[in-house]
Amino acid sequence: MSARGSALAALRGQIERIETSDAAHHHDRVALGHSGADSALKGGIARAAIHEVFCEGRYGTAATGFVTGLAGRVSARRPLLWVRQDFSEREAGALSMSGLAELGLDPRRLVMVRAADAEAALRTTADALACDALGAVVLEFWGETRQFDLVASRKLTLAAQASGATGLLLRMAANPSPSTAETRWLLRAAHSPPGALWSAWGAPSFDAELVRNRHGPVGRWIMEWKCDECQFSEPSAYPQPVAAAPAHRPHQAGFVGEQRKAG
Amino acid sequence: MSASSERQDNASNEPSIVVAKENNALVIHGLDEAASRLGLHIGLPLANARAMWPDIRVFDADVVADARTLDDIADWCDRFTPLVALDPPHGLFLDITGCAHLFGGEAALLQVLVRALARQGFAVSAAIAGTSVCARTLTRHASGTIVADGAEAEAIGALPVSMLDADEAITTGLRRAGLKTIGDVASREPHEITARFGARFSTLLRHALGQGDAPINPRKPLPDYIVEKRFAEPIATDTMIAMTLSRLADTLVTSMEKQGKGARRLEASFFRTDGAVRSIMVETGRPVTKSAIIDRLFRERLDALADPLDPGFGFDMVRLSASRTEIVVQEQRDLDSHVHDNDELAALIDRIAARIGGKRVVMHLPQDTHIPERAVLAVSAQHHLAAATQVEWPARTESEPPLRPLRLFERPEPIKVPFATVPDGPPHQFTWRRALHAVVRVEGPERIAMEWWRQDGKALTRDYFRVEDAEGLRFWIFRDGLYEGEVFDDEGKPMSPGWYVHGLFA
Repeated sequence: MSARGSALAALRGQIERIETSDAAHHHDRVALGHSGADSALKGGIARAAIHEVFCEGRYGTAATGFVTGLAGRVSARRPLLWVRQDFSEREAGALSMSGLAELGLDPRRLVMVRAADAEAALRTTADALACDALGAVVLEFWGETRQFDLVASRKLTLAAQASGATGLLLRMAANPSPSTAETRWLLRAAHSPPGALWSAWGAPSFDAELVRNRHGPVGRWIMEWKCDECQFSEPSAYPQPVAAAPAHRPHQAGFVGEQRKAG
Repeated sequence: MSASSERQDNASNEPSIVVAKENNALVIHGLDEAASRLGLHIGLPLANARAMWPDIRVFDADVVADARTLDDIADWCDRFTPLVALDPPHGLFLDITGCAHLFGGEAALLQVLVRALARQGFAVSAAIAGTSVCARTLTRHASGTIVADGAEAEAIGALPVSMLDADEAITTGLRRAGLKTIGDVASREPHEITARFGARFSTLLRHALGQGDAPINPRKPLPDYIVEKRFAEPIATDTMIAMTLSRLADTLVTSMEKQGKGARRLEASFFRTDGAVRSIMVETGRPVTKSAIIDRLFRERLDALADPLDPGFGFDMVRLSASRTEIVVQEQRDLDSHVHDNDELAALIDRIAARIGGKRVVMHLPQDTHIPERAVLAVSAQHHLAAATQVEWPARTESEPPLRPLRLFERPEPIKVPFATVPDGPPHQFTWRRALHAVVRVEGPERIAMEWWRQDGKALTRDYFRVEDAEGLRFWIFRDGLYEGEVFDDEGKPMSPGWYVHGLFA
């Protein structure tokens, strides 16, 4: 019994060594811009790895925004492949290129793959992750799926490690299952900062909980996405009171701009 | 060369006929040999046939199935020449110029073709002649005739005029004029024939006599390059098929390379021993010049087929053709990783497209319109990679939060709004997908007028609001139509306009 136990331990150690040596190979990380998250991630989100983002169905768009942000950070002006299922588009809406451009990403770099089912989507993702010309590959799933098991996850991880591309899995309306992902996030929508100026209204903000981190601690942060700088940041807190009712607000006149710069 | 064939599905030797409705009466559409020996002929009403032979077997004609069968035979005939034309209802033209020697001469080719079709149970009549019309006329008379160049007039001179397949009226007219054989008609002056029966008939006659030829209309355009491999012993295993394809790819690439071409569209045809032909096509975004890439694309495609390649008793021929090719511009391979990346990306897109279909891999082009759902056009990434990576997108407004949602519904989803600030205000709460959302923050309205200059029917102005609910979810909602200004009920009274969710912000 103990002999078997020690043999198992030895094998585990071997696997650990193989994995860490691979991981150490590409230990280049990209800072997110949010200091708390970056320190937990030891400098930023790892390239050449798989990261999972889970959320409840209604927070789908917030999670999409977060994944878009991650993809923008890690892809560094290289092409981005976005794989999604037909069903996901019906349920959560289609990824809008105008919206993507508004977040500060370049729609020219995005290739969209509309896979009919989960199997085709997974296969395409594995293919794409093996291509070193891509900066990041996003796989968008809606709902629980049997296809995405530990084996599939390991395949993706190995492909990503070999090529250097980063895999981002967006799992909407799904519960986490065992996987070989480097990090796992749980996403919720966050309010606009209280009492913000109009310029901060509706700035994409996320309540991101890091529930798994293979090489560091976990945590939970409110992050804001800076569309202009194309990075995350701490939420902006404005001391000013809420502005007046918006319905009859004058159209964006010059003085509003002045005020914003001052704020 | 022309061949016409009819399937004889007759297990017993009972005379059978096929009938179809013509001018409100059932007439004989086709018949077998036994039936024709009884004195029946095509065009005879069924009632007459029944009166003559009460216990004759009668089948309904299936014109669509006939056409499909003819198409299948034409597919099979592709093995003799790439130029195969249909001559409905049951004829085929094969342009065998320059092909006959591959089969051991014209006579051998004719024999192979007739025997193979006869084995399948078709009654075949085939002939080879210098012009298609002449060959067709000869098949009406007897099978197996081969006419040397220049001997057309002599060969068909003695045949009756009905075999020319001209209009019924013309054939009757010729008979009444006492011109019973084609030779009789040919002996008249051409201008007399033209004056009496029209220029079309006189052209037909000239072609039949071998004076000038009308080109046939092939089913498929001639591919730029064709390579094929025939097997004495049919192949059936996946390994052999894959090996054959990669060898063919090598040969194809070598011959394209000589002319500096690369393939944009490739077609692999598998000819089964029982006559069925399966063609598989792959397209590429940029000209392919490497056989390894062709090989890989076909492997992806074959793996992903919904109905896999069925070898049956084996394939006796595999053909690979490049139906669209382009001149390859050799690019300078320098240390610029950008060129390499673009090539890699194009190759990846080709592979994914081969697997799941070209329409499922898209890139986006901005459109010059304010209508949100039309602002972006999805185009095939294979064909528009260069355009989509270089197009200019409208710049976003600096230091503004996103003005357009990250997720957009293809069809705006209706929401229930109990009350809103009139006339132009936002709602205070709304119900979407059975959940109530209390509006906490609002930005808007942003008024988007529909494009009246290209309207099909209704054109309602939309007022868009960006709203945030108590949970922090952000919606892009709009009121479809101005309040008390655009929406009316049947009696012309103003109605309150509907509200919709069009998208979601991150």
